[in-house]
Amino acid sequence: MKERAGTRRSFLKGSLAALLTTPALAQGQPRVIVVGGGFAGATCARELKRLLPDARAMLVEPNPTFTACPFSNGVITGLRQLRGQQFNYEALGSLGVNLVYLSATKVDPQTRTVTLSDGTALPYDRLVLAPGVDFRWGSPTGYDEAASARMPHAWKAGEQTLLLRRQLEAMEDGGLVAISAPPNPMRCPTGVYERASLIAFYLKTRKPRSKVIILDAKDSFPKQRLFQAAWQQLYPGVLEWVSLSNDGKVVSVEPATNTLVTDFTQHKAAVANVIPPQKAGAIAQVAGVADRTGWCPIDPVTFESPLQKNIHVIGDAAISGAMAKSAFAANSQGKACAAAIALLLTGETPPPGKLINTCYSLVAPDYGISIVGVYQPVNGQHVDVEGAGGTSPLEAPRETRAAEATYAAAWFRTITAEVFG
Amino acid sequence: MPPPGAASCTGCHAADPKIETRVPRIAGRPASEIVAAMEAFRSGQKPATVMNRIAKGFSDAEIRAIAEWLGAQK
Repeated sequence: MKERAGTRRSFLKGSLAALLTTPALAQGQPRVIVVGGGFAGATCARELKRLLPDARAMLVEPNPTFTACPFSNGVITGLRQLRGQQFNYEALGSLGVNLVYLSATKVDPQTRTVTLSDGTALPYDRLVLAPGVDFRWGSPTGYDEAASARMPHAWKAGEQTLLLRRQLEAMEDGGLVAISAPPNPMRCPTGVYERASLIAFYLKTRKPRSKVIILDAKDSFPKQRLFQAAWQQLYPGVLEWVSLSNDGKVVSVEPATNTLVTDFTQHKAAVANVIPPQKAGAIAQVAGVADRTGWCPIDPVTFESPLQKNIHVIGDAAISGAMAKSAFAANSQGKACAAAIALLLTGETPPPGKLINTCYSLVAPDYGISIVGVYQPVNGQHVDVEGAGGTSPLEAPRETRAAEATYAAAWFRTITAEVFG
Repeated sequence: MPPPGAASCTGCHAADPKIETRVPRIAGRPASEIVAAMEAFRSGQKPATVMNRIAKGFSDAEIRAIAEWLGAQK
């Protein structure tokens, strides 16, 4: 990895040239390409290299800086800096993962090649797609990429996170913050309610005459009773949730006036945060591993697509049954997929295994709640193991909530260090 | 190769000893200690925030396999 001392371009040329001089499916040196460097993809690439030191593991990701979504609601509300969300792939590189800072533009499952944005075609034995989510622009009506510069989604962390923060900071006291929440399936389904909570915390302490309203395309959400009990206790009159059946679904937006329109109401907001409906990232659609829902069916043991052989899908893009689309789930899946691929490449059959997901939410900086699931493959789906999992208790002393807030922070430090450190 | 379920542990319990948090490191701990802790979490004997809910998802045999694998990690 000496090339890393040079420019990125020369490093890239070097590694690509090295790869291209070897014929496809070099004997004894399986080639696994992972597309997407989020929690799922980076975990998988790292674990593959650990389990199969002789394999060629490549990570294809256009952005050399990764900006993590978990805890970014703290950035929006001034509790954290964006810098604390940002990581790079240098550790993966020094562990022997080939880093290619380009996009994947095409996949040919027949010839087993991935084409990159510079035109290079790379052969693979196994391909892992971890593209995360794309937005369904145009939904709500009028919400396109241009509109997101006025009404940020902040559902992919980075500039959008900072934009929403700046808008919140610039808002005069007495303003309305409106959050439009999409239907399921979506990335981080509890993130909306954590965001509203932390915004309410910010308003209560900094702009006490202001209000935050969630306009929801759903009638229920995870940890709902816990959130609602905490809201009543911490933010009475500050935070309002409007469900689908109470006219909560935003059908169109008017960016020029910052207005969110439901069937019967027009909400003129000082700050409008529109989280649009989602689907699997573009390369999944291009590779033909997404079905009519826009998401990717998978085998729950190997994460291989039933639609295209030798292509695996992990993370938010996958249809993983009862497992929520979370960073914890993506990390679990990345490791499980790497283990399955390691066995498949040696001709073995991966055994069915259980997976865990733990999602923390902060209702206030020192008030954490969680939802846990343990999953096993049943009839081709990840299904909840009965009797396990569930949410934090509805009745608990504040010390328990404070402990969960501390564990949430510990989780973020651990997972980001395990994956990127 | 980690046994089923074991790979998820490092989501919170860091494998890397350089990572210090309030969540205890379990890799390299004696398997018997891990089994005892998991059994106590599962029965509710040992108070917990999330481990009680997680432990209920695993059988005796699965817990033993996970504990032995973790115990063998450095």
